[in-house]
Amino acid sequence: MEGFDFPSGILRPHVDLTSWVWFSGVMPIQVKVMERRPRTFWEQSYLPEIIRGLSTTISHLLKHLLRLEKMPTYEYPEQTKPIPEDYRGEHRLMLRPDDTIRCTACMLCATACPAECIEIIAAENPNPDVEKYPSVYTINLLRCVFCGLCVEACPCDAIRMDTQKRDMAGMSREEFILDINYLMKNHPEGKSPVSIAL
Amino acid sequence: MPKIKVDNIETTVPDGINLIEAAKLVGKAVPHYCYHSQLSVAGNCRMCLVEIEKQPKLQIACNTKVQEGMSFFTESPKVKEAQQFVLEFILVNHPIDCPVCDQAGECKLQQYYMKYDARPSRFEETKVHKEKAIELGPNVMLDMERCILCSRCVRFCKEIAEEDQLCFSQRGDHTMLTTFPDRPLDNPYSVNTVDICPVGALTSKDFRFQQRVWFLKGVETICTGCATGCNVRMDHNQGKVFRLVPRDNEAVNEAWMCDEGRLTYKPVNAENRLRHPLVKTAEGLREVRMETALEKFGELLKNISGHVLLGIGSAEFTNEDNYALIRFLQENFPVPHLAYTAREVEYPSQDDYLISADKNPNRAGVTAMGMKPLASEDRKYQCLIGLGPISESTLTALSFEKDHKVIVFATHREASLDYADLVFPVATFAELTGTMVNRQGRVQMLRPAFAPPGESKTVWEILSQAARLMSRAKPAYTAPEQVFADLAELVPAFKGLNYELIGKQGALLTKQ
Ligand code: SF4
Ligand code: SF4
Ligand code: SF4
Ligand code: SF4
Ligand code: FES
Repeated sequence: MEGFDFPSGILRPHVDLTSWVWFSGVMPIQVKVMERRPRTFWEQSYLPEIIRGLSTTISHLLKHLLRLEKMPTYEYPEQTKPIPEDYRGEHRLMLRPDDTIRCTACMLCATACPAECIEIIAAENPNPDVEKYPSVYTINLLRCVFCGLCVEACPCDAIRMDTQKRDMAGMSREEFILDINYLMKNHPEGKSPVSIAL
Repeated sequence: MPKIKVDNIETTVPDGINLIEAAKLVGKAVPHYCYHSQLSVAGNCRMCLVEIEKQPKLQIACNTKVQEGMSFFTESPKVKEAQQFVLEFILVNHPIDCPVCDQAGECKLQQYYMKYDARPSRFEETKVHKEKAIELGPNVMLDMERCILCSRCVRFCKEIAEEDQLCFSQRGDHTMLTTFPDRPLDNPYSVNTVDICPVGALTSKDFRFQQRVWFLKGVETICTGCATGCNVRMDHNQGKVFRLVPRDNEAVNEAWMCDEGRLTYKPVNAENRLRHPLVKTAEGLREVRMETALEKFGELLKNISGHVLLGIGSAEFTNEDNYALIRFLQENFPVPHLAYTAREVEYPSQDDYLISADKNPNRAGVTAMGMKPLASEDRKYQCLIGLGPISESTLTALSFEKDHKVIVFATHREASLDYADLVFPVATFAELTGTMVNRQGRVQMLRPAFAPPGESKTVWEILSQAARLMSRAKPAYTAPEQVFADLAELVPAFKGLNYELIGKQGALLTKQ
């Protein structure tokens, strides 16, 4: 390569994805030193905390025994608890208005993913303005920690976790490895919604 | 030797160098796009502006030579302001495609913007859009929008490849990099333009979209494509090699390498790599564990004496591997016959710059060890131990006893291995520490990117293990340094050399 490289190292998208940081092999780690204070005699005996904990348990038990109708238990699966709109459920890959995939295979999601569970293979897009698209896009849900960093990372609203799907059960490991076809059709209507975000 | 001051640091520098190189000598970096130490000065990007004492206007460092008593500043407020303006100007029509741009992460525009500008854009007009994904030649793609018109690629073709294949057409912000009609960018060094392009305008077809650069890990090694041994950095990730890029070595390849050599990593990733030893059975070759194969090796060699034993080294294997074979045979089977084979190419590419017609990376090494090319003799052999697959023509040229045995060390499972009784899987150049000698007689280091697949190992490791199993004292190597130390002690041409001395830039063999 060239005579001397300056500055050395490689730029890498920062985890908070608002900037690029210098990356030279070691990520900077921030250290906060916590002060330790010795336990007092009462704390050391653990008794007050045990009494406090047990009284909470017993008070709830009595409350529910006396007023059964107020018990906050959902009879899942017949009855489901409503979940918030921004709940991070199973992923889906969004579409463009012409029903092609939005994802440009930039791999920023795979870079941000702490579980390294996103596999992308890029291919040349027939439209040169789009540059590339993923020929393979696989999410391994068994490794996924549902942190949502992939959604944060995506510069073009191509991946979302707004399916509200949280009941994930299966008989084999393979069922949890979501491929590009599944991810593009992850919607009750059979295809993922369209996004026209910039 | 003029005495100068860089940012008030006094220093003496060689005559005739420019201010970028002078600043570098005191550890100061002057940002630059169009300047490249191996190319002529174009002075068109204006990124390298510095403030010279007693000169009212800023000057470009790349085109200003040092003079006695000169004092200049690389970080004064005036310089900093100019750097911001230059970057803002370059970015006016830049698409800022970073998320999909292959250069992102190693892009000079990104790096300098972060370091010297980092201001939001003030540009409100519409950007000039240009063509994307243009095929310039068989190996290079161009994204015209991203080009910052530094002309490095143009100068490279003209001055280094000596084929004037690129030029600019149109004017102003419509300037385009282009090839001549029906004359693609097809010189044998074309991918170097991709390396020196400071932005993501030029991309190599082979590496394009394969990997984001921040996932890659680099190791400094050499290209094994021909006898030149260009110094390279091998970029790899997760047990796969992704690209070779040249690294500087004034004595060997300056800062370049050929396009053919860049593809020599492909066999490392191939599907048909040998992972386990193979033993001949009635149904053909069968995979076995290394222990079984080593036992078999001992069995095959049990009643063989030196004069019916042929050892074939290879000009494609390292010095360590060849030398271990020599030592193994000479120590344990007195007076074996030793020779080497080399890869022959019918119509080899060749020029008088880097590309050598000899496609063997280590012919000078095996020759220095005293091995001769394999020639047919009237000796009848009972056993053959060879590095690399033995070609059919070689086998027919030799005469063997009935029931002879063939043992080979190979990297890949090839159909033509069927003649072998025992095949050991060995590491490729990307998986070992070792040395090779190029056509100038320069000993150069190979460094491993990752561990070899399956049970494969280097030849010297396998032979040392085999010797131990056969209760022979030698060779008993446990590290490549030991093999090389032995070699340096016993072969006069290698006298006085060691890995430290060879280092990153290589060291010459002693002249005989
Ligand atoms: S939600 Fe899952 S896939 Fe997305 S970044 Fe987090 S771990 Fe990775
Ligand atoms: S989903 Fe978004 S972040 Fe991930 S590769 Fe596709 S475009 Fe990039
Ligand atoms: S050339 Fe550099 S700045 Fe331009 S899009 Fe590519 S990475 Fe970004
Ligand atoms: S393609 Fe790259 S090297 Fe060539 S002029 Fe443009 S920016 Fe410079
Ligand atoms: S490096 Fe000096 S003008 Fe481009």
